[in-house]
Amino acid sequence: MTPVWLSRLQFAFTVSFHYIYPPISMGLGLMLVVIGIIYLRTKDPKWRRMSFFWIKIYGLVFAVGVATGVVQEFEFGTNWAEYSRFVGNIFGSLLAAEGVFAFFLEGGFLGLMLFGGNRLGPRMWLAATAIVAFGAHFSALWIVMANSWMQTPAGYEILPTQWGMQAFMTSFSAIVFTPSFIPRILHVWTSAWMVGAALMLSVSAFYVLRKRHLDVATANFKLAMPFFVVFSILQLFLFGANQAEEVANHQPVKLAAMEGVWEDTSCAPMTIVGIVDVANQTTYGIKIPCLLSFLAFQDIHATVQGLNSFPQENWPPIRLTFHSYHLMINFGMIFVAIGLLGTLLAFWKQKIWGLRPVLWLFVLTIFMAEAATIFGWWTAEFGRQPWIVWELMRTSEAVSPNLVAWQIASSIGMFVILYIILFILFIYLLNEKIQKGPESLEDLEQSPVTSLPDTFRDVFRRRARA
Amino acid sequence: MWLNNVWYVLFVVIVAGYLIMDGFDLGVGILHMLVAKNDTERRVDLNSIGPVWDGNEVWLILAGGVLFAAFPLVYASLFSGFYGAMMLVLLVLILRTVAIEFRSKRPSHRWRTAWDLVFSLSSLGIAVLLGVAFGNIMTGVPINQQGYMSPDLLALLSPYALLIGVTTVFMLALHGSIYLSMKTEGDLLDRVKRWVPRLLFIFFVLNTLVVAASLLLHEQVAVNYQENPWLVIFPAAALACVVAAWLMVRRERYFTAFILSAAMIAGLLFSAAIGLYPNLLMSTIDSANSLTIFNAASAPNTLTVMLIIALIGMPFVLLYTGGVYYIFRGRVQLGPESY
Repeated sequence: MTPVWLSRLQFAFTVSFHYIYPPISMGLGLMLVVIGIIYLRTKDPKWRRMSFFWIKIYGLVFAVGVATGVVQEFEFGTNWAEYSRFVGNIFGSLLAAEGVFAFFLEGGFLGLMLFGGNRLGPRMWLAATAIVAFGAHFSALWIVMANSWMQTPAGYEILPTQWGMQAFMTSFSAIVFTPSFIPRILHVWTSAWMVGAALMLSVSAFYVLRKRHLDVATANFKLAMPFFVVFSILQLFLFGANQAEEVANHQPVKLAAMEGVWEDTSCAPMTIVGIVDVANQTTYGIKIPCLLSFLAFQDIHATVQGLNSFPQENWPPIRLTFHSYHLMINFGMIFVAIGLLGTLLAFWKQKIWGLRPVLWLFVLTIFMAEAATIFGWWTAEFGRQPWIVWELMRTSEAVSPNLVAWQIASSIGMFVILYIILFILFIYLLNEKIQKGPESLEDLEQSPVTSLPDTFRDVFRRRARA
Repeated sequence: MWLNNVWYVLFVVIVAGYLIMDGFDLGVGILHMLVAKNDTERRVDLNSIGPVWDGNEVWLILAGGVLFAAFPLVYASLFSGFYGAMMLVLLVLILRTVAIEFRSKRPSHRWRTAWDLVFSLSSLGIAVLLGVAFGNIMTGVPINQQGYMSPDLLALLSPYALLIGVTTVFMLALHGSIYLSMKTEGDLLDRVKRWVPRLLFIFFVLNTLVVAASLLLHEQVAVNYQENPWLVIFPAAALACVVAAWLMVRRERYFTAFILSAAMIAGLLFSAAIGLYPNLLMSTIDSANSLTIFNAASAPNTLTVMLIIALIGMPFVLLYTGGVYYIFRGRVQLGPESY
């Protein structure tokens, strides 16, 4: 096994594991802001209990997200030194900007969010929570921006230097707003919101099934439900579907691999479920006629380019791209279906609480939402191959030249063992928190809510109680 | 060219920011098993850094990002060349983060003791690894003509580098002990107070050795000071800070002592940075291969954009970081949401 292959494996493994957590930081963060606002409006203590409960879970998720996220920033240098040299002027700036603008915001206010319940009044606590949630979204913005530059590079020029070719900035705004950036960040944010809502649905459905904390659980379920439905519909029909257009225009060979289109096809069908047979260059499955041409070009007669129109050395791994993509869209369709079913049963007929199979389906939503998110990233990143920067640099040219295979194999071994242990402990502690459930406010509050400093002036004038 | 100098200074400021901010919580970790004897005291330890350590670690992330953006050649060569050491750094960083978060999540004594140990050893590990890495940067590394290096992991453990590793441990332990003196009460505080002067003394001796070794072993350090003698104010200021910190500790004015120990860390780092200038990675093979702040930097337009980003962002960072520390000022009291 070559250093390139091993480095790809390591990056894929560490980044996939990392990305379990950030969608929760964003999505659950958003839902916590919603809960905080409802508490301020209603002053009903059950929402405050809910905040205390979810913020503990948020802290756990956030910690693992931070721990595994640090790895990503250093891995470009350790394993992809040639890439780092080539793109440092551009990609490096975006990562540094993420640190200055987003990470400090998250890291700075996380303490106030996690430890602020008894130190800040509800409004100030909500403000800290909102800032952390905003920081999480902002951080994703810079990362997706950097990744979008790898997908659809713009605003650069390639010049020779003492150290080989390097990409230099010609326009910072073109680097920021590459053609794929806006569609992709909307897609990523919406997927994170779905994950956040799905987590609440899962845990609430579980409590209802176990007949625990029913007051909080049903309120929480009903709160998260509409968000989940709206986000999943938006995702499937708008932000997700919109990706086809962007990919068709800028990365047509990726689209061909995602959909398993072999020859140039006008009125190209979209395969809803199917398999791709690479040896025989055919794709089997249930197809909707002309839908792909319509999504990609808003014209059912438009021609979608097939894989055979591109040289084979520029093909992404077909099976991986095709199946990741189809798993993602299939989950997307399931989310819309169960979301609508749940809304119908919870709000219109009010009988969901007795329907155990449906509730179990909701317990599963978080796992499906996480899986769909990962498959989405796999589609984007496997589909970008064989390029590390689209049509500018091949992944095979990007690896650190001074590494040998055993070094990378050992670090892969380290990460695999570490992450397995980490994941087991994470699930164990998460489960313990969920089993314990929301505590009563008498156990949580050290002093009455009304006595806490709740304006900016209060916070900075009173002697803080430690 | 002035942009390269500006970014060299800013990079040193950011590394100093990391050593000062995350430095005290690393120091708390190093002392954790030594000063805190029972569960409550250990929780006080953890909660003294609880609300702020995550923000402090961002300085390290920022240092990595800035190195990538401003000096990409160094980022690429340093991290790939120190591959094994970097993987160890990542390992201890991950272990430390989860140790802090997981430790108090279960009541079991064994669970908590195990994570206390992980927290303490990983904090120690980060200090040693950073110190040894820094020692090697001061010594020079085998950069070849292509700008890459592949040193043997064992070759990195020279006596000089190890000396800096140990000194870093004591420097951060000292910084952390002064911080704990502001944050703790009772028996724990008494024990911490006894550690402060000891740590200060050991650090002072070790640091004197480091200075002597640096001047004797690395001529270029002395050359830079001979050309610009006024730069001696940096090491002099660091020395003054140590002495002043000693006086403040004796008067039990720990807040002032903490500020002084922070200033001392910055002074020492700047003193070393002056010695290194303009190199970032000196080649031991051929000085023509050395990566400097000029030949390893990004283009002026990138450095300008980055400077604008820093000038917009950093004032806010400093402002709200200050606000957060203000809100959590005072001695630690444990509550239901504490670690």
